[in-house]
Amino acid sequence: MLKKPIYLDNAAATRLDERVLEAMKPYFFENYAVATSEFAYSQGIEAGEALERAREALAAALGATSEEFIFTSGSTESSNIALKGVALADKKRKHLIVSKIEDFPVLNSARALEKQGFQVSYLAVDSDGFIDLDQLRDAVTDETLLVSIQHANQEIGTIQDIAAVGKICRHKGAIFHTDATHTFARVPLDTRKIAVDLITVSAHTIHGPKGIGGLYIRKGTKIAKWMDGGFQEFNLRAGLEDIPGAVGFARAVELVTPEENERLQAMRDRIIERILAGIASTTLNGHRHKRLPQNANITFHFVEGESITLHLDMHGFAVNTGSACFSRSLESSHVIMGIGGDHERAHGSIRFTFGRYNTMEEVDAVVQTLTEVIPELRSISPLGKEEGKR
Amino acid sequence: MKFPYSETVLEHFRHPHNVGKIENADGKAIEGSPACGDMVSVYINVDPAKKTISDIKFESYGCASNIATGSIITELAKGKTLEEAKKITWKQASDALGGLPKIKAHCSVLAVEGLRSAIENYEERHGLVKEKKPTTVEIVQKRLKKVMNPLSGLDLVRTNLVKDIEVKEGAVRVVVDLPAANQFAPAIKEEIMEKIEPLWDVKKVSVEFTE
Repeated sequence: MLKKPIYLDNAAATRLDERVLEAMKPYFFENYAVATSEFAYSQGIEAGEALERAREALAAALGATSEEFIFTSGSTESSNIALKGVALADKKRKHLIVSKIEDFPVLNSARALEKQGFQVSYLAVDSDGFIDLDQLRDAVTDETLLVSIQHANQEIGTIQDIAAVGKICRHKGAIFHTDATHTFARVPLDTRKIAVDLITVSAHTIHGPKGIGGLYIRKGTKIAKWMDGGFQEFNLRAGLEDIPGAVGFARAVELVTPEENERLQAMRDRIIERILAGIASTTLNGHRHKRLPQNANITFHFVEGESITLHLDMHGFAVNTGSACFSRSLESSHVIMGIGGDHERAHGSIRFTFGRYNTMEEVDAVVQTLTEVIPELRSISPLGKEEGKR
Repeated sequence: MKFPYSETVLEHFRHPHNVGKIENADGKAIEGSPACGDMVSVYINVDPAKKTISDIKFESYGCASNIATGSIITELAKGKTLEEAKKITWKQASDALGGLPKIKAHCSVLAVEGLRSAIENYEERHGLVKEKKPTTVEIVQKRLKKVMNPLSGLDLVRTNLVKDIEVKEGAVRVVVDLPAANQFAPAIKEEIMEKIEPLWDVKKVSVEFTE
């Protein structure tokens, strides 16, 4: 048993960076005022300024101006506002398009709107997880209100060509939303270059605090407020501003460097190469290169994912699986099923996601453990004997 | 560290007992299917005089509760008479393991069913079925409930894939509401054959697809 647990599930949560905490601290202990009005007392004005500085920095990271960025409680809320807010604002267009492998905030918001009378097209993806742009072109009509295609997939890491998606949407006058939860600060996304109207981002994937996220809203996008209360966030999102969270979010983005992303990518490449070369009957899920720098997702055939995660946990590693046995819903990953996989492929899929505090030694250690655990599990499996499994 | 299972479950998961295959086993069964989730194979050898389980082994393609239940159920059944072994329940297996999460019942019940099916398989193959009930549509349907629909992970009957069942003079005909070209059609056909063919009075099984 290793002394320190090794966390390889950074797509789910990340360790807070101390420097982020340091930036947040003054807004817990020294100035804990809210930014209700600029005509209030000085603490309120200063708190408001801190919020606006954070907003400006986050908007700038997307090539946007600060009035185009609102704070939310995280990705789930951002995507809900994007889909439902747009749906509420337009009374004419009644068609939405999403991909089948979107994360649940988008997918389930679309399903909820479907129940309200919207027609929803769920775009299939190919074996790497890419949507078919021709199919999208055919699906977008004058009736299409909104298209929501994720920037990169939460499980298999595949990065979509959102520049092309944006062009198609712009051409037809459809609003384009992208969920950039896993790409923000990791994969470039510039709203001056890409015709995207709404972007979901979150702090929890980049060593920022949990419970703070944001939504980029391009100037002129018709969107309605759907949670009522005060006039915060340009009267689009009522509720007390989380100023320490906003400040922490901005600091977290500032701390991500291109060098760090390269370092994560090197870990990703090493784990993929070592597992595919060293362990028989393994398949990479998602595109080999057009994928998140921090994500690897591999199916170990003939074994079940929860068994793998439990063994790894006993060795001190935290990873995630698309197996039905692991999920709360007891449903196999809709993403692996969506890329043409069957339950079997989802059953043995393991997602490794890296972050700032992981090292190459940890990558080697988990591969070493897998080379012991996988053959052990396969030795009790009724499957794969004839394929010369190891 | 905090694990989602009892110490006993973890111990059986880490070091499962009676793992493997018995070549030319007296009775064997496969429950579940690789296409839709957990799967377990159970093999038994039977002492013909005492009618006791002299040897038992299992293989698992499943999660921790599936593996642990396979391990405990083989321990519980070893040396028991066939009648005793048939009566082992999921509750007994779960108790012996110090409790299993309720949500994991479906993964672990497979091993219990596997044991019962392996005994049935032995009895069918050795002419020991006491009341030789003739095969009926109901009996065929009951067996088809153990064939999984890989498209949904639920069984064929629950997902309305069984369009028609016909039983006539030892010939069983099953019509599955799927195109023959469906990627899962061959696997489904094979599983249906495996489940229906051992019935004592069945001479021929045919599986048809709707398109």
